[in-house]
Amino acid sequence: MRISGRRVRAIFRKELREYRRKTSVVVAMATIPLLYIVQPLVSVFALPASASGQLRHEHVLLYVLGIPALVPVLIAAFAVVGEREQGTLEPVLTTPVRREELVLGKALAALLPSVGVAYAVFAIFIGCVRVFAEPTVASSLLQWSQILAQLVFTPLIAAWSIWIGMFISTKASDLRVAQQLGVLASLPTVIVAVLIALNVIHPSLAVALRFALLLLVLDTVGWRVVSAAFDRERLITGTR
Amino acid sequence: MVGQHHDEGAPALSVQGLGKRFGDRVAFHDVSFEVGRGEIFGFLGPNGAGKTTTVRTLATLIAPTSGSAVVAGIPLAPENGVAIRMLIAVMPESPGLYLRLSVAENLECFTDLYGTANPRERIAWALAEVKLTDRAADICGSLSKGLRQRVALARALLSDPRVLFLDEPTAGLDPVAARDVHDLIGQLRERGVTVFLTTHRLEEAEQLCDRVAILNTTLLRIGRPDTLRDELFATTLAVSTREPLPDPAAVFAGLPGLTGWRQEDTGRYVLSVTDPTLTAPAATRALVAADADVLSISQSRASLEDVYLELVAGESGGPR
Repeated sequence: MRISGRRVRAIFRKELREYRRKTSVVVAMATIPLLYIVQPLVSVFALPASASGQLRHEHVLLYVLGIPALVPVLIAAFAVVGEREQGTLEPVLTTPVRREELVLGKALAALLPSVGVAYAVFAIFIGCVRVFAEPTVASSLLQWSQILAQLVFTPLIAAWSIWIGMFISTKASDLRVAQQLGVLASLPTVIVAVLIALNVIHPSLAVALRFALLLLVLDTVGWRVVSAAFDRERLITGTR
Repeated sequence: MVGQHHDEGAPALSVQGLGKRFGDRVAFHDVSFEVGRGEIFGFLGPNGAGKTTTVRTLATLIAPTSGSAVVAGIPLAPENGVAIRMLIAVMPESPGLYLRLSVAENLECFTDLYGTANPRERIAWALAEVKLTDRAADICGSLSKGLRQRVALARALLSDPRVLFLDEPTAGLDPVAARDVHDLIGQLRERGVTVFLTTHRLEEAEQLCDRVAILNTTLLRIGRPDTLRDELFATTLAVSTREPLPDPAAVFAGLPGLTGWRQEDTGRYVLSVTDPTLTAPAATRALVAADADVLSISQSRASLEDVYLELVAGESGGPR
């Protein structure tokens, strides 16, 4: 089977145009991550300079990895069931597009803004820590290894979250149910991020590499699984 | 492997014993027909008759449970889905436009999906065909139902399809817009595009279609509208006189080609005939000889609607 880059780009471009004009999606994508970092920021601002020694052995920055797990699932959950509810799925399925191309185009379109938002919120987090936290606390907190981990893991986690959301979207018959199930399904990833931040899971280089490899495999398998779950007949007729 | 047949004489659609079940429910079964290239083929039937499911099956959206078909020269099979969809276009009953995107953006998405050469020119042409050139920048959500229908029609034209499936293309259109669509369908016929038209507007089918099929889960009848009329209804002459005839039986007795007559109203008689050109002059002479004041003698023809009602109501056991 040959994947057509042109058709993937067509879906990708259409999705991005739609996101730009869906105010509710933009607001949700921006609001949820900002709320997510309020509590850790307040905690960091309250830390005295004496806490900086302890902070060197913690990984508070990795708490922000919960954002790429939470944000994309909301838009990915819309991807299929939302189009089905709007009646826009059938015309697209009458074109030569393959289901693998359709889901890949939609996933990439969800990935781009999700990663963008996650990086932007991370940058805001770092900026706020630099400006408002005790200077010694800030220098202890902002470790290059964690910043690098954030940059590497954000797209990997976001992609995984998107496949979860899209899988639910192909199976759900209602958009709200899909979004609620999507958030629930993304919680394990968020919990892992929190456990790492709290040092319950100690993030060594070996652990990071294993996680990265696992996510790469899951992201590849996710595309195949979601494509297989995308059943034209059931999505069009609601029966099979 | 796609088994394409580009034989010019081959039908655009060839359907043999096609059927689709959803569990225990039969959507349609044992449907067989052929549609020639450049033909406008009407597909009629009551709600739930299986028309849309047939279209979706032929458009490779759903898989048949029995039978076979060849669409645009390609056998209907899962591995041929992409190849078939390259050669056809479907305008579903609901326009299904992206309401937050502009008309042009909606169409751009589809030219990209079809890989259309010169997409901008093609979009401009399609919009001109449906008289929407000046609305290209409008957001689809701001358009009326009728205009959305026309955008959906423009979208169906983008890929220059060999077979075009139109599901209720004039639903929601005002009479002028509907006439424009009829003209467009006529132009498509001239260009050799095969049109598979699903409609509830029987006068539309009668006006546009070379042949029609009437479906009610199974195919009830297929043929040219006038042939179906002749098959199902006797040709009649309607005779109207100023005063009721004192003895109509005596007047109509012995008329050539007369198979029966009935009185419908005061001074109004309906004669069933085999050949109106033979019976009408003889009836005129007989009426004049009987000293009747003849107001009119006209041939009355059953409409496609009569044919449809006869077949569908007869099938369901309803009133005729």
